Amino acid sequence: MTTVSLTVNGQPVTADVDPRTLLVQFLRENLRLTGTHVGCDTSQCGACVVHLNGQAVKSCTILAVQAHASVVTTIEGIAGGGELHPMQAAFREHHGLQCGYCTPGMIMSAIDIVNRKGNALDEQTIRAELEGNLCRCTGYHNIVKAVAAGAQAMAQAPLQQAAE
Amino acid sequence: MTASGIGAPVRRKEDQRFVTGQGRYVDDFNRPGQAYAYFLRSPHAHAAIRSIDTSPAMIMPGVVAVFTGDDLAADKIGGLICGWMIHSKDGSPMKAGPHPALAQGKVRYVGDHVAVVIAETLAQAKDAAEAILVDYDVLPAVVDTAQATKAPVQVHDVSPDNTVFNWHLGNKEETQAAFARAKHVTKIDLINNRLVPNPIEPRAAVGEYDFGTDNYTLYTTSQNPHVARLVLSAFIGVAPEHKLRVIAPDVGGGFGSKIFIYAEETVCVWAAKKVRRPVKWTSDRSEAFLSDAHGRDHVTHAEMATDENGRILGLRVHTTANLGAYLSTFSSSVPTYLYAPLLSGQYDIPAIYCEVDGVYTNTAPVDAYRGAGRPEATFVVERLVEKAARELGKDPAEFRRANYITQFPHTTPVIMTYDTGDYAASLDKALEVADYRNFQQRKQESARNGKLRGIGFSSYIEACGIAPSQAVGSLGAGVGLWESAEVRVNPTGSVEVLTGSHSHGQGHETTFAQLVSDRLGISIDQVSIVHGDTDKVQFGMGTYGSRSGAVGMSAIAKAIDKVIAKGKKVAAHVLEASEGDIEFKDGRFGVAGTDRSLAFGEVALQAYIAHKFSGQDLEPGLKEGAFYDPTNFTFPAGVHICEVEIDPDTGVTKIERWTAVDDFGVIINPMIVEGQVHGGIAQGVGQALLEGTVYDQSGQLITASFNDYCMPRAIDLPSFQVGMTVTPCPSNPLGIKGCGEAGAIAAPPAVINAITDALGHEDIAMPATPQAVWRAAQKARTLLAAE
Repeated sequence: MTTVSLTVNGQPVTADVDPRTLLVQFLRENLRLTGTHVGCDTSQCGACVVHLNGQAVKSCTILAVQAHASVVTTIEGIAGGGELHPMQAAFREHHGLQCGYCTPGMIMSAIDIVNRKGNALDEQTIRAELEGNLCRCTGYHNIVKAVAAGAQAMAQAPLQQAAE
Repeated sequence: MTASGIGAPVRRKEDQRFVTGQGRYVDDFNRPGQAYAYFLRSPHAHAAIRSIDTSPAMIMPGVVAVFTGDDLAADKIGGLICGWMIHSKDGSPMKAGPHPALAQGKVRYVGDHVAVVIAETLAQAKDAAEAILVDYDVLPAVVDTAQATKAPVQVHDVSPDNTVFNWHLGNKEETQAAFARAKHVTKIDLINNRLVPNPIEPRAAVGEYDFGTDNYTLYTTSQNPHVARLVLSAFIGVAPEHKLRVIAPDVGGGFGSKIFIYAEETVCVWAAKKVRRPVKWTSDRSEAFLSDAHGRDHVTHAEMATDENGRILGLRVHTTANLGAYLSTFSSSVPTYLYAPLLSGQYDIPAIYCEVDGVYTNTAPVDAYRGAGRPEATFVVERLVEKAARELGKDPAEFRRANYITQFPHTTPVIMTYDTGDYAASLDKALEVADYRNFQQRKQESARNGKLRGIGFSSYIEACGIAPSQAVGSLGAGVGLWESAEVRVNPTGSVEVLTGSHSHGQGHETTFAQLVSDRLGISIDQVSIVHGDTDKVQFGMGTYGSRSGAVGMSAIAKAIDKVIAKGKKVAAHVLEASEGDIEFKDGRFGVAGTDRSLAFGEVALQAYIAHKFSGQDLEPGLKEGAFYDPTNFTFPAGVHICEVEIDPDTGVTKIERWTAVDDFGVIINPMIVEGQVHGGIAQGVGQALLEGTVYDQSGQLITASFNDYCMPRAIDLPSFQVGMTVTPCPSNPLGIKGCGEAGAIAAPPAVINAITDALGHEDIAMPATPQAVWRAAQKARTLLAAE
C-alpha cells in the first residue's frame, strides 16, 4: 500500500491505496465521489474526466499515486453555494443530457475547453474539442448548444470561474 | 397549454442530480460486506469443455468462491430463455438450444460465460480467474450470416443446419402474380451490419440475500425490472417472485441492450445466497462488446415490382437473420414480427411476401437494438424505393409521393392496420426545410470544387406503442404488453405516480409529471414519478419500442381519470351536492352553476380525514391504479433527408444537411422529443458511416473496444433541422405515437441513398467508411470514363 495525499474539491484527503489504484477508482471507491463515471477501459469515452491542477484529465488514465500533492476537482466540486456552475446550468437549460452518464465528463471537458479556448466558441471548435467525450444519447446537437451557451455564461460569471 | 402542461418544453426535473454528479447508477451502490464477481469467459468461439479445474483459483488471495455451470445445475437454476415463440412455415416451433448462465459442456462464442470468481476485491477476482484451468477441445466456428446453414459446424444439437426457424409472412401467390404483371422489377442485395449498442454506462448488478427474511434483492441496469423479476423467478428459478426485489435505479442508456435477462445478473443474485454476502459485478467495456446482445445483422435480397405508371405492385424479400450463439430474451421477435410487418413502409403495396431464416452462429446473441427490426425493414424498403425511382428516371420524392398511402385506416398485406398519418404533409415540409429545389445548384457548386454531392430520402414508418396483448399473444409472445400505473394522491395534495415504465434517459420524471400537472391542475413540483423498483411499483412491462408515452402514459391517464372520479365523490359529500353536479376544472372540484368549489388539495385532505362521509358510503383515500392494454400499435412516420458531400480523393463523407420531419402524434415535451430524434439520427448515422462489428473467421471479435469500433463523435455529426407534423394517434387516450426510435430507423437509408446518389452507382455497403467510399468513388470514376 502507498499513501497518497491530495486536495479534492477543496478538501485535503489522505489514504493508503494499492499502488495500481486508478485515480477514478480512488475518487469513486475511497472518497465515494460517484459522479465521476467509468464508461470504457481504453480512455476513449471521457465519462471520467476531472480537473487535475486545473486541467482536464481522464481519471481512468492516471494512477491515484500520480495525483499525489495535486489539486483535483470533480463534478461534485464545481457548483458554488447552492448555485449551479454556468456550464451545469447550460446543460440543463439546453437539454444537453439524457441518461446523464456521460454528463459529468462532458461538463468537466467543456469547462476545460472554455479555459483553453475562451468564451466565444463556434460549433466546429466545440465539436472538434469534444473529440475525447462520447455520448450515445443526444447526438451531440444539444451538447454543442449547451457548451456554447455555457461558455458565454462563464464570461458573465467571473467569480465562479475564479473559485474553480 | 400551461407552462408545465402537455406541449410545454419544460426543463427536466432529473437534470439537477445528473449535472451535479448526484445520479445513482448501479455501480454507485455498495452494499455492506459485498464481494466482487468476475466472469471467466471463453477465448474460443466454439469448443467443447473437457474439464474445468477451479482448485488453483480457490487458493488465490481473497477468493471467496468459484462457481461453474455444474453448481448452477446442482441448484436447479434453469437456463436463460427466449420469450417469443416463432413457428416455421411448416408449423414447427423454433429450435431453441439450451442457454445456461454458465457453460455446461460447451462454449459457443468468444465471451461465453465459463465460470465466476467471487473475491474480496475485483482485482483479486480477476487474478484468480486467470488461474482456472479449462481444457477446451476447440471446434470449428461459423460466424458468417450467409454461410451459417452451409457450414460444417453445428452450434446446437437441436439444429443440425443451424437454422432456428424458416418463417414467412404475407401472400406468396399474390406477390408472384404481382411480379408476373410488372413492367419493371428492381432488385437489391443488402447487408444490415451488426452493431454493438454501447450505452455509455456498462451493465452492472449487485445481488443480495437476506437470511432473516429469505428476500433477494437485485440492483441491475434494466429497462424493465419487473420483466427481469418475472423471468428470474418463473423461468430461471433463482428466487420466488414474491421474494425477489429488482431495483433499476438511474440507468445510463439502454437502446434495447438492457431489456434482456443476462447470465451475469442471474449469477449475482444466485451467488449472493451461496456466499452469504452481497455480490457485485460491473461490466468493463470489453466485456460489454463481447456479451451485451448485439443488433441487426441481416443479409437480404429484395425485389420490388412496379407498373408502367411507376406504381408499386409488389414486394418480395428474403432475409437471413443472424441470431448469434443463443436466443436472447426477445431475439426471435426482432427479425420476424418487428420486421416484416413494416415492409409496406408508407406505401400502398398490394402484395408483399417475406421469408426470414433465423440462424445460429458462433457470435454474441443478437436481439433488439434501437428500432429492433424496423430499421432493417426501413432499410430494405427505402433503398429499394430509391433505386426503383432512379431506374425509372423519376424524382425520388415524387416517386414516393405517388405511392404513399393516403386513406386511413389502411390494412397492409403484412398484418398491420395503420390508423392515421399524413405522409405527404411530412414530405412537403421536409422538402421545404431541406431546400430541395436548389439542390442541383449546390451539387454543381460541389462539382466545381471537385466534390461529389448527393441527397438521400427516407420515408420511414414504425410500429410502436408495443403492444395489444391479445395480438402479440397470437403471434407467439410469452407475455402481455400492457403497462400499469398507480396515482397516489397524498393528504397534502402532492402526487406520486408509480409507473411500470422505466426512464434511462427519456426524461419520464418530467414528461409524466407534465401529464399529471395538465390533468390535475397542480404544479409539476408537486408530482414525483416513482419507477424502477419492484417493491414500490406493483407491476410493469418496462420501456422499449417507444412505448412509454403511448402505453405507459396512457395507463397513468387512466388512473388519473379514476382519481378525478373518486375526487368528485368526495367533493360531493363535502360540498353537500350530488355527485352528478360536480365538475373538475382547472384543478378545482366545483358544483355546476355555483361558485362553490374546492381545490384539488382540499379534496385530497378530505378523502383521507374522512370526516364528511361515512366509510360505508365511500372508501377513504385517494389512490387509483390502472392497467392499460393498447388497442393497436401506433405508427410514427416521417421523412428524413440527408445531404452529403464526398471528397473522392479521401473518401470522407461529410453530412452537409440533415432534415427530419416526423409525425409523433401529440407531443408532451417538444424539447425532449427533439432530443430523442437527435440521438436516434446519431445512432443511424453511426450505423451508416462508422459502426461495424467484425468477427474474424475463427470467431474472434476484432472490434471489441472503442479503439476499434467507431462510435459517432461530435465531429462526425452535423446539427440537425428537426420539424414536426401532427396527426393525433386515435388508438390511445393521449394521441401519442412515440418518438424514441425514429431517428435510428430513418437515418441509415437516408445516408446510403445520399451516398449512392453522389456516387452515381449503388455499390456501397454499411458502414460507408472513408475507405469503402474511396473505393466506390474510384469505381464511379471508372464507370464514368466507360460511358
